[in-house]
Amino acid sequence: MPLTSPKAIPKATSEAASAPRPTMSPLITAKNLSLSYGQSKVIDSADFVVNEQDFVCVVGANGSGKSTLIKAILGLLKPRTGKISFGSNIKRNSIGFLPQDTKVDSNFPATVFEIVLSGTLGYLGIKAFYRKKDKAKAEEALKNLNISKLKNTSFSNLSGGQKQKVLLARALAATSKILILDEPSNNLDYKSRQEFYKALKNLNQSGLTIVMITHDLDAEDLIGNKIISIKESKVACEITTEYLRRYK
Amino acid sequence: MNWLFEMLSYSFMQRALIAGILISICAALTGVSLVLRKNSMIGDGLSHTAFGAFAIATVLNFTPIWFAIPVVIIASFFVLKLSGNKKINGDAAIALLSASSLAIGTMAISLTKGVNIDLNSYLFGSVLSIGWSDVWLSLGLTAVVVLLYVFAHNRIFAITFDEDFAKAIGIKTNVYDVIFAIICSLVVVIGMRLLGALLISSLIIFPTLIAMQFSKSFGRVVVYAVLISMINFALGLAVSYLITSPTGATVVIVNLIALVIVYALRKIIGK
Repeated sequence: MPLTSPKAIPKATSEAASAPRPTMSPLITAKNLSLSYGQSKVIDSADFVVNEQDFVCVVGANGSGKSTLIKAILGLLKPRTGKISFGSNIKRNSIGFLPQDTKVDSNFPATVFEIVLSGTLGYLGIKAFYRKKDKAKAEEALKNLNISKLKNTSFSNLSGGQKQKVLLARALAATSKILILDEPSNNLDYKSRQEFYKALKNLNQSGLTIVMITHDLDAEDLIGNKIISIKESKVACEITTEYLRRYK
Repeated sequence: MNWLFEMLSYSFMQRALIAGILISICAALTGVSLVLRKNSMIGDGLSHTAFGAFAIATVLNFTPIWFAIPVVIIASFFVLKLSGNKKINGDAAIALLSASSLAIGTMAISLTKGVNIDLNSYLFGSVLSIGWSDVWLSLGLTAVVVLLYVFAHNRIFAITFDEDFAKAIGIKTNVYDVIFAIICSLVVVIGMRLLGALLISSLIIFPTLIAMQFSKSFGRVVVYAVLISMINFALGLAVSYLITSPTGATVVIVNLIALVIVYALRKIIGK
């Protein structure tokens, strides 16, 4: 069911922002958040909450500010006003991040394990070398995504779907709490995309909180329990079923 | 083998060999990150800036190397700033810097009377220009670069592969950018005396490109690039002594032949 952009963005309500899983505690809270590049305002006074074990899809047209919002959550962009706060056990550098695949050179000379292991660098502090537990974490991430056999394979020799899984494994090695994904299904064929979504659903069911920007507004891409939609600098947060109901 | 002993009996050749191999190590280590981040042209831009700085220093009767080092470091920060600015085309900025520096250097030399400057040695390098102070400077730089790579190779890999991710996990990528800019400037200024302003960037680019033809692991590409860089420099120096050719050009041609052979072999073997 292809969807078009929302005609009107509903005002975010505290009910929509925190309703789906009331027993879960908030992991990311944005209050009165405004973001801009120079004089150009991208996000205006946004309020939303991402709870533990939420699977949030961030939707909006090209240039609406989806990636800007993610940058702010990752601490790569300072808010103009307002703030983003995290749950008690969360630090910014322990968030797993999967950037858009176009930003990674697909012919880069690196093995899968070198890439996945680099996900653990956030835990290393000032230490120079990886420890046994970092290597074990990377191995576990590979195992969770069923790509252990690719460990010593060159990144450049992988298919598009496998490359995305490797980058997802790197993000998993960086976190045990929150994954943030920036349009991860871009350039994936239908089969690879379904496999990738299946892996994400499994990770979410095992307790991981996921925030995913999705470019496609097909209903089958809105696999999360919550939607953050951005239109004309305004941000709305609602549960997925309500968002979909508005398009019927 | 008599020619080899004869070559090594000259103190200027000893200095050129030692300084050249040390600079080759630094250039290869810096080059891996620059090439893989698609910033290869930065070396070229900085070497042209170094030419301009050397020419002005000579005309003003300053010690060229100590004048060129701060000038090139400032230019590297300028290039770094421009490459991070989305409104300005970084490649165009480097091209402008290169052409302007070459023009300023050439004008400074041509308009100054009573100063005897060998323009060719600045543009294409000269083994005779390497003194023991250059050797010690190269040794110090190599120690710093090797230590940086030993203790930060994992972070350098993360930044080189995916800068956004590296930032997201808390790596201070801007600090590494500044360190790389300073190291690249020093490699260019010291190496330029040996290979020349027009050829020094080849020492930064070729070893990585050759190493990438037969290794698909970042760690191995780094190690191979260093070995290739050292071997090709020594070979180029020896060949230039044997056939009495310009050292800089010979080193570049040795690297070019190595790249063609390795590329052809990879295609034939189908790796």
